[in-house]
Amino acid sequence: MWQTLVRWFHKWTSPKWFYTLSKPLSFWLGWAATLLLVTALVWGLMFAPIERLQGNSYRIIFLHVPAAFLSQAIYAAIAVMGLIGLVWRIKLSFYAAKQCIPVGISMAVLALATGAIWGKPTWGTWWEWDARLTSMLVLLLLYLGLWALHNAMERPESGDRAAAILALVGVVNLPIIKFSVEWWNTLHQPATLKITEPPPMHPMMLTPLLLSILGFFLATAAWVLIRTRLEILERERKANWAREELNQMGKVE
Amino acid sequence: MSAVLTADRLYCERDERVLFEALSFQLDQGDILHLKGPNGSGKTTLLRRLVGLSHVVEGEVRWFPEDTETSVEPNEKIWYIAHRPAVTLLQSPLENLRYGLALHGHQVPSEHLWQALAQVGLRGFEDIPSHQLSAGQQRRVALARLFVSVPAVKAWVLDEPLTALDVQAVDLLKDRIRAFASDGGCVIMTSHHGIEGDQVRGLTLGVPA
Amino acid sequence: MTMTAILARVLRRELQLAYRRRADLVNPLLFFLIVVTLFPIGVTPDLDKLAEMAAGVLWVAALLANLLSLDLLFRSDFEDGSLEQLLLASTPPTLLVLCKVIAHWLVTGLPLTLLSPVLSVMLALPAGAVPLLMLTLALGTLTLSLIGGVGAALTVGLRKGGLLLTVLIMPMFVPVIIFGTAAVQAAGDGLPWAGQLALLAAMALGALVLTPLATVAALRIAVGD
Repeated sequence: MWQTLVRWFHKWTSPKWFYTLSKPLSFWLGWAATLLLVTALVWGLMFAPIERLQGNSYRIIFLHVPAAFLSQAIYAAIAVMGLIGLVWRIKLSFYAAKQCIPVGISMAVLALATGAIWGKPTWGTWWEWDARLTSMLVLLLLYLGLWALHNAMERPESGDRAAAILALVGVVNLPIIKFSVEWWNTLHQPATLKITEPPPMHPMMLTPLLLSILGFFLATAAWVLIRTRLEILERERKANWAREELNQMGKVE
Repeated sequence: MSAVLTADRLYCERDERVLFEALSFQLDQGDILHLKGPNGSGKTTLLRRLVGLSHVVEGEVRWFPEDTETSVEPNEKIWYIAHRPAVTLLQSPLENLRYGLALHGHQVPSEHLWQALAQVGLRGFEDIPSHQLSAGQQRRVALARLFVSVPAVKAWVLDEPLTALDVQAVDLLKDRIRAFASDGGCVIMTSHHGIEGDQVRGLTLGVPA
Repeated sequence: MTMTAILARVLRRELQLAYRRRADLVNPLLFFLIVVTLFPIGVTPDLDKLAEMAAGVLWVAALLANLLSLDLLFRSDFEDGSLEQLLLASTPPTLLVLCKVIAHWLVTGLPLTLLSPVLSVMLALPAGAVPLLMLTLALGTLTLSLIGGVGAALTVGLRKGGLLLTVLIMPMFVPVIIFGTAAVQAAGDGLPWAGQLALLAAMALGALVLTPLATVAALRIAVGD
């Protein structure tokens, strides 16, 4: 039993197997994500009831909250994958961690942009030093640091390991950053309007929100799978199977 | 003679080129391993893997496999002298030597240090900043460590120890290396010079097997 | 040789080297002075307004000054090969690295702290807050040297690591800035500040325990490349 598990694990972490198996997986994940997102957004933007205080402008929540949630989850995932790569020397884990970074950056940018757009009608300004927006900005800076470190390293293997260490230090820091920013925010501006509503949300609003989060989650998974496949091709390009694959794609010199 | 080092199925590739594969060997006390091979054949990489600095080589390396007391760090018994000589230019040869020994926990009476520096031909230079020395003299500062007798050290890993030295210094160092091996030490070195002796074993990298 | 004797030797070497490069030690202090001078010129010479911002300006300027000098923490050791010997030492490298970081703090963080009262007068910080300013700066610069050590280790193999180091480390430093400036401001306003100070001390302690591990791991990457 244990043996089978170990063998299965090793198979899945070999880049070649991952490459083959992830193809149908990303395909179906992508379709499921599209379906969910279309449902959630049509429901949220057109059928969910109008919010009592903010009117229609609250509807951006269906983009903002999932993006903010995912950008944090992806950072944690990068740290976990980095740790796996460092401890068990699994290349695949590094590849996936690296390709999570641009996805995470997009999510953080989306969260900040929707936050700003939401801020205009709500606070009357594009940018407010709100606790959540501020920690999202710091998170974006952490992401950009990871990406910059990857790009600065000459050997990609060193970049993988260095970024893993940075991500681990960052993930320890992240809760402290969030806590301190929230504390700082209450110190400087008590009683501003909080960006998300208190938990008892109308089910007609909550359901599309949850669907949207799930859709974002699946879309992220599909996107990371696709990017990781490309990273594998790039990094394993001297392996025979990768050459054949590139040949078929007509991408070989 | 007991085993000092076993290397098992070492494999290394760099920039899509396999430098060595299925490389296995064992070294005993009294052995001198002379690593040969053209530039870029992976000699330095192999040495760095042996001392535990490189993460690009796969395979297993075990120092002192017969040692049962695990409390002693193998690092304490190994001296690695790299191509970059680890000589801090703002410090004098004497300070450099003392610091290098202290990192390994060895405190040696000052007269031994002066003696070692004199042996490598640095008499009169002990107390001036190292940046005033020539390149060859700076190499000698690094090599002076080998002329301090520290019984705890059982193995030397030397990367091109004979470069930038004049003829007398080369002979002196070769004698020192052979003497260390005769006393039960083990030496692994790379060099484009030859080293002669009964204990010397050769290993050539970069030649298709 | 006992562990303490080895560590004392390492610390002594670091301080000796710093003394021999003493011209470099003045640069962070000058930087600190210049940033604090530019602030009233760029914003306002109004002392009342300056007093409000003093804590934040002094903190941010001191941290930037400290951070800029961190780039050199491992660089010369990396270039001459001493770093390899450090990682191969029979003493745990985490402790050796900690010695280096503490030496760095003694020759940059501490002088910056000692200079801060003079500059706080220029920014009209309430005199009552000055002792706390020094205490928080001492803790903050120590934490920065520790966290920055990780960044310095990650970028030591790069030709132009200085700016990247700042980009990598500054976001991690948000909590320390928040509690450091908040404590000083609270003291200036006559409010309680013990909580903020305790949090700063806790963060310094956490960094003291955790960052050497990450620093050594990062150095191994730089050296093993």
